[in-house]
Amino acid sequence: MNNSNSLTSISEPTWARRLLIAFAFLHVALLIMLPFASVIAQACADGLSTFRTVFRSSDTRHAIKLTLLIALCAVPLNVVIGTCLAWGVTHLKLPGKRLIMAVLDLPFSVSPVVVGLLFILLLGKNSACGAWLESHGIKIIFAFPGLLLATLFVTMPFVAKELIPLMEGHSRDEEDAARLLGAGWLRIFWKITLPEIKWGLLYGTILCTARAMGEFGAVAVVSGNIRGRTNTLPLHVEALFQDGELSAASAAASLLALLGLVSLAARTITDIRKRKREDSAPAGSLTQTK
Amino acid sequence: MFGIGMAYVGLLILLPMAALAIRTAQLSPQDFRRVLTSAETVAAFKVSFGQAFLAALFNTIVGLPVAWTLARYKFPGRKFLELWIDLPFALPTAVAGIAICGLYSPRGWIGSCLEPLGIKVAYSVNGIFVALVFVGIPFVIRTLQPIIENLDVSEEEAAACLGASRFYTFRRVILPSLKPAILTGFSMAFARGLGEYGSVIFIAGNIPGESEILPLRIVHALESYDYNGATILAAAMLLVSFIMLAAINALQRRHA
Repeated sequence: MNNSNSLTSISEPTWARRLLIAFAFLHVALLIMLPFASVIAQACADGLSTFRTVFRSSDTRHAIKLTLLIALCAVPLNVVIGTCLAWGVTHLKLPGKRLIMAVLDLPFSVSPVVVGLLFILLLGKNSACGAWLESHGIKIIFAFPGLLLATLFVTMPFVAKELIPLMEGHSRDEEDAARLLGAGWLRIFWKITLPEIKWGLLYGTILCTARAMGEFGAVAVVSGNIRGRTNTLPLHVEALFQDGELSAASAAASLLALLGLVSLAARTITDIRKRKREDSAPAGSLTQTK
Repeated sequence: MFGIGMAYVGLLILLPMAALAIRTAQLSPQDFRRVLTSAETVAAFKVSFGQAFLAALFNTIVGLPVAWTLARYKFPGRKFLELWIDLPFALPTAVAGIAICGLYSPRGWIGSCLEPLGIKVAYSVNGIFVALVFVGIPFVIRTLQPIIENLDVSEEEAAACLGASRFYTFRRVILPSLKPAILTGFSMAFARGLGEYGSVIFIAGNIPGESEILPLRIVHALESYDYNGATILAAAMLLVSFIMLAAINALQRRHA
């Protein structure tokens, strides 16, 4: 990718290059780093006691627990289903593959608020389903199942979207060879497919987790914002903000900001691993896994 | 296994979408007229589409040189920059909202500099623009970067050999081959900005008819148990954004 640098005649003059590099640094510093730093600064504005008060309050603790519980339910389900979908889309001869891909894109292109609305229309009090459920004493909207459903909807595509290009990319020779030698599909998946996709799978899982814990719009609509009951951590941040407690809200938000940083670090690590693999193994040869 | 996956997608995604479609079909034309012609709705449409468009445009213009720099040059700190570019993807929107609000409020780091100049960002439409720029940054850069890395340099060499200046080569050789990717990045940033809710409500001030976005109007309708109103707004928003995305898709195919 740097082959242009060797030929000065087809690259930009040095001053232009320096200007562009400076511009890139300025862009990232002003538009991304500064907001990030400002949350941390706001949280620390009144000293560390803010953190103590915020994280000792029972509402915050409940919000953290609820957020973790939702992620714990939503992520494994979407990882397994996402892997199945990616495998199916890349390995089976299917009509309407493009349609499936379009459906996988839907959760990205629909506004989170509309996602919440969809579930209220489907399962809320005024719908046929909702009325039936209520007569049997099952509460979905404004309760945990509703929060979970909304989270499942918005986090569904992450793993599949991460795996499909990976699975399409590598050759099917090894899987075919294993099948000819009599290995079952589970064993083929475990021994051959999984090692190929594991870094992508890990990164998809991390993205899915970050979104599951950070989702705001969809969850806000179906939660009803009952503090200490249906408020997740992002919703609790907003509740504190509406109370006018900017530093308390920022303290709660900095825990979520940490989540963002962790997922970025994980991305960098998976990137480095992937590049190492690509460097050490020439693509397309049967010996590449050894 | 794949069958289970498809059934899951059908139940989780298509069934709720169908519920919206059925509900919309049952509504009377009077309902549509009542909701869609109200002054607040018209204003919210303008604010949402207008600011999402401007923010995506800003991100496209500013993102192109950044993507170029990251793809073509080797310099210390490049990996570090790349890491930060992805932050708006990974940061929960509530955090983005509170961060930007703190930064641009009259007492914040940037807000206090802008106030003497008479520029109001927090609690106005400008706040919406700033928030949407933040959430849209990675889309253009991440779409363009791999395309620039894979550009065929021999075309640029040919242009240079034939005596074209670097700027001329960029305008006539490089830019045309980047056009489809620029459109993709733009439309992704636009779609994201249109639906964005979490980060905007913190900073917009949410004044009806002035700085109220469409998703917030849907939330207000739901809070007052106006389910029909919320349904109509959601359906209209989906319809318009699908039409726009289809148009961009068609434009792309013509350039590809």
